[in-house]
Amino acid sequence: MTEQTAPDSTSQSEPIDEHSQSTLMASQILGIQEQTFSHKFWYVLRRWPILPMLVLFVMVIAAVFAPLLSPTGPRDINLRGRAAPPVWQSDWYEANPKNEQTYLLGADHVGRDVLTRMLYGARISLMVAVISLSVGVVIGSAVGLVAGYYGGWIDEFAMRTVDVWNALPFLLIAILAAVTFGQSVSIVMILLALVAWAGGVRNVRAEVLTLKTRDYISLARIAGASDFRIIMRHILPGVVNTIVVLATLRVGGLILAEASLSFLGAGIPAATPTWGNMISEGREWLSTAWWIAVFPGFAILLVVMSVNFFGDWLRDRWDPKLRQL
Amino acid sequence: MRKYLIQRFFFGILSLIAATLIVFVLSRAQGDPLLLYAKPGGYGVSPEQIAALEEKLALDRPLIVQYLIWLGRVVRGDMGETLLSERPVSDVIGEKLGATMQLGLLAWIFATLVGVPLGVLSAVKRGSVWDYLGRAFALFGQAAPVFFLGILGILLFGVQLGWLPAGLRPVQDPFWPSQAKALVMPTIALGWLPAAVYLRLTRSAMLEVLDSEYVKLARAKGASGRAVIWRHALRNALIPPITVSALVLVGFLEGSVVVEAVFAWPGIGRMAVESIHNNDFPLLTGIILMFAVLYVVGSFVADVAYTIVDPRIRYDQS
Repeated sequence: MTEQTAPDSTSQSEPIDEHSQSTLMASQILGIQEQTFSHKFWYVLRRWPILPMLVLFVMVIAAVFAPLLSPTGPRDINLRGRAAPPVWQSDWYEANPKNEQTYLLGADHVGRDVLTRMLYGARISLMVAVISLSVGVVIGSAVGLVAGYYGGWIDEFAMRTVDVWNALPFLLIAILAAVTFGQSVSIVMILLALVAWAGGVRNVRAEVLTLKTRDYISLARIAGASDFRIIMRHILPGVVNTIVVLATLRVGGLILAEASLSFLGAGIPAATPTWGNMISEGREWLSTAWWIAVFPGFAILLVVMSVNFFGDWLRDRWDPKLRQL
Repeated sequence: MRKYLIQRFFFGILSLIAATLIVFVLSRAQGDPLLLYAKPGGYGVSPEQIAALEEKLALDRPLIVQYLIWLGRVVRGDMGETLLSERPVSDVIGEKLGATMQLGLLAWIFATLVGVPLGVLSAVKRGSVWDYLGRAFALFGQAAPVFFLGILGILLFGVQLGWLPAGLRPVQDPFWPSQAKALVMPTIALGWLPAAVYLRLTRSAMLEVLDSEYVKLARAKGASGRAVIWRHALRNALIPPITVSALVLVGFLEGSVVVEAVFAWPGIGRMAVESIHNNDFPLLTGIILMFAVLYVVGSFVADVAYTIVDPRIRYDQS
């Protein structure tokens, strides 16, 4: 084909130089119009979740390498630089020559670097979200699998439990639990795992209900496979897409829940730098030092937005049935 | 249908019991509640008085008996007295309920008026600027923490521009115009997330319905574009948003806790947080009971509404 079209195009027109000839050929063969770079750029951006992935990648890097990335510690106090504005407001730095530190995103009311605290905050957010999500997803998927597979009273019991569970005013119970047991990272993780598990049970169960009527499941049973084996080897792979999509769509909510709890003073202990805590602290300095609260806020916004965007994309690819979530 | 409703009612009650029981156990786990009333040996309280108090409050009984006593009183409409002010819990809740309801209602109106039309618009003009605007609105609303929206609003419109009050509802003023300004920011902060939810649901349902046979038939018959969209398509596309309304309601209750903390709004949410920090467990149990009741009633109503707007739904068959 290539040999046929090439002589044609050269014979009709005047001699063209090598390069444009080859592009002409390529566009003819593929049957597409020649695209400018910006066209392709936008196409790729729209088709693949590149920006969200980039944001999440940066967040993970920041969380993992926080001590290497930042020159100061998250609790290093520098009273000469208290409430120092971000670096681009250079007049403050000129007016305060005694302050030797430069703060990229400003400093809080005791001169701790906002950016450094945000990097360390990313660690906490990431750890809390990942651990509580994993625990929640494993429990929730297990309940959904068992309920859907066995049916009957087990199913009824599991689904009613989920119904009752969803009716609990969780935020208040979480605050109460934090006051009762004291604030700690592990309490927050347990609480969030308790929120997370009930979310996907219904969808997983629905998926299992359709899968278990398939012939290959009956055949597996005839072949003598145990219930456990059927669930793990034959049904689980069929619902894994649903589980992953649901989990991804839930990450954002968990990060927000953790931040809300911290903001209300019932989450991670106040001394620990987390984004929620930083906003809570910065609220008091809003009129004089907006950067203390605003930058962590945008960090949450950006990360949650990225996770949700990525989750949407994954859902459209893997499990379009969940579109209504 | 009737069987289903009875079943729903039963499990609704079960939810209420679960929620209050959790609160009951947690609040007692903090230590001897008697210490909150009177310190033994302090302020000249005699041991006999303390024993009498213990008996009066039934604190000497096992936890489950205490719970049953409380439950029995609640059924008769008595939620006990708050620890701090020693007034009936129902009175204290009643005082603050208005402010929260006002906020919740406004936020719901905002969410509906913004979310549903924008959802329709972005579905009808799919791929247009409107679609992208709508999706950006939804993406932002689902990702921004409620408290951050509030803080940002206060910083921008309260501190920098000075257009709106930076907090605090004019408390003792029942008239609307003077409150209107104070209501703007809390309403938007509380309503943005549900608006985003409504938008997304309306959009995806609308896209599906617009693709269906009966809409094509209506178009083929020559119905005007507007009539097809608003009369034929939207009716069916509204079903998903109606079903999530119960969840939206819960969102308001939880959101009100945060929003009221940010804007110093004198409502239930703020009182709930205060009651937790004050160890005022009779009040807290009452509030949580009220939250759970609202949720159960709300989801019940949404389920019933569901069968009315969509006669295809039959709960009995499943």
